[in-house]
Amino acid sequence: MLQTQDWSAIWLTLKLATTVTALLLLLGTPLAWWLANTRSRLRGAASALVSMPLVLPPTVLGFYLLLLMGPNGPLGQLTQSLGLGLLPFTFGGLVLASTFYSLPFVVQPIQNAIEAIGARPREVAATLRASPWDSFWSVILPLARPGFLTAAVLGFAHTVGEFGVVLMIGGNIPGQTRVVSVQIFDHVEALEYAQAHWLSAGMVAFSFLVLLLLYSLNPDSRRRGV
Amino acid sequence: MSESMKIRVRHAFTGFTLDVDLQLPGRGVTVLFGHSGSGKTTLLRCVAGLERAEQAHIALQGECWQDEAGRFVPTWQRSLGYVFQEASLFPHLDVRGNLAFGMRRATGAVHEDEIRAMAARFGIEHLLARKPDGLSGGERQRVAIARALLTRPRLLLMDEPLSALDAARKQEILPYLESLHDELDIPVLYVTHQIEEAARLADHLVLMEQGRVLASGPLGETLARLDLPLARDHDAGVVIEAQVLDHEPAWQLTRLGFAGGELFVSQRPLAAGSPVRVRIVARDISIALSGDNASSIQNRFPCTLSGIAPAEDPAQCLVGLDAAGVPLLARITRRSAEQLGLLVGQKVWAQVKAVALLD
Repeated sequence: MLQTQDWSAIWLTLKLATTVTALLLLLGTPLAWWLANTRSRLRGAASALVSMPLVLPPTVLGFYLLLLMGPNGPLGQLTQSLGLGLLPFTFGGLVLASTFYSLPFVVQPIQNAIEAIGARPREVAATLRASPWDSFWSVILPLARPGFLTAAVLGFAHTVGEFGVVLMIGGNIPGQTRVVSVQIFDHVEALEYAQAHWLSAGMVAFSFLVLLLLYSLNPDSRRRGV
Repeated sequence: MSESMKIRVRHAFTGFTLDVDLQLPGRGVTVLFGHSGSGKTTLLRCVAGLERAEQAHIALQGECWQDEAGRFVPTWQRSLGYVFQEASLFPHLDVRGNLAFGMRRATGAVHEDEIRAMAARFGIEHLLARKPDGLSGGERQRVAIARALLTRPRLLLMDEPLSALDAARKQEILPYLESLHDELDIPVLYVTHQIEEAARLADHLVLMEQGRVLASGPLGETLARLDLPLARDHDAGVVIEAQVLDHEPAWQLTRLGFAGGELFVSQRPLAAGSPVRVRIVARDISIALSGDNASSIQNRFPCTLSGIAPAEDPAQCLVGLDAAGVPLLARITRRSAEQLGLLVGQKVWAQVKAVALLD
């Protein structure tokens, strides 16, 4: 059965995924909005940057983030001068790295949903005296709800499943940075296959449930739209 | 007629330049008429602030929405209603929610009695709890018009509101649109490329072509102008405001009166005194030099010949007539014009073969 260390890893993983999902919805929504609406030349470059984690090995991303956050990196110097210390090998560092790593999984569904809705509902809302901010909350958000739901679930699930970035940035500190995927790796290395099984089977069940939830809760988005 | 809407727009859009300077009446329905691509929808969007023209001066009864000094009031702060080509109801709200959406924002509250009254006026009171998904095209468009009016706008803009509907649905909505004339005291700007809609709804007609205004004036006068491409249309004709005088049940006829004379039409169940609109197309008017010749054509009245112009068909010509101030348009062959010796200023008789009652 699961041991204290396993439970601690599970708790840490959930905490990390929840924090990262919340952050991503907060940051990803304006970014997705901008990408969906801008005619700027920067759009292509920004889309490419957001999608980089989809193609890059997590180790590459983790490596550069490590340098960035390290004592000689610009981010590391910033956090030090703010009295926050260094981020690598801390929970904060994991949050930051995971946010980058899961960004495309949140931005793309929201961007697609906003693009599918198009400009017309916003124009209609404007002719009915809704300010842009008002129409975002009263029209865009309800219409894009399936996209936001997909984004949240994918962002959460993807953060739960990451391994490489965590190992590069956070290492393997129990209770601080040792998430489930790392814990499984440790069990396997120590030939504790029974322990590895419990956690791995748990992950399989969890992933299945999450995806099942996603596909059954999300109404067919093609039927919607103005 | 108060000249109280000012629309001056100049903007180079991809493909064409919109260059318009209009003074429009502060009441009644102004139809922006033109072929697709003439810029009428773009002009409407500029008035609404949905497009931002480079140079524009848009003012409604002294309230300025955009000027050359850089002032630009965003759409949501303009007191206007806009009805789009397709109904554009919010799919996540029911009909009542759609109706309340603009009203709450424009007036600060939801007035249930006003919603019920408006719903009754547009025949949608039984649909209040329904989602837009479950409505017909005609019902959706009626909800959209009611929704726009519930914001108590100072200007109503309508962009081809019937174009997405089939003929039966159009007939279902037209009476509601016609009632806008009489019941609304705000100006309406109505975009269409269907002359029938313009004939039925317009008080004032603006004719657009390639981003420019060819003509702007009262409907009857503008339709009768010989110098406009409208007159060279196959279905060219005028619209006359008339009144029901009485009925002749023995002949199954209704007698209408207008400034220039009287017209008989097939009997209609209309009370004496009711105002009606009739359309007379140019090919249905023939010209006689005197009124005393026996003819099967009963509808005839004296006119002054006001102009002659070539028609599209080289065998024909267009003749402008003035029936006691009411302009008419006739299309006859050049041969008969020659043989009758028609001259501008001459007194002639117009014989009308067919009159269409617009209702």
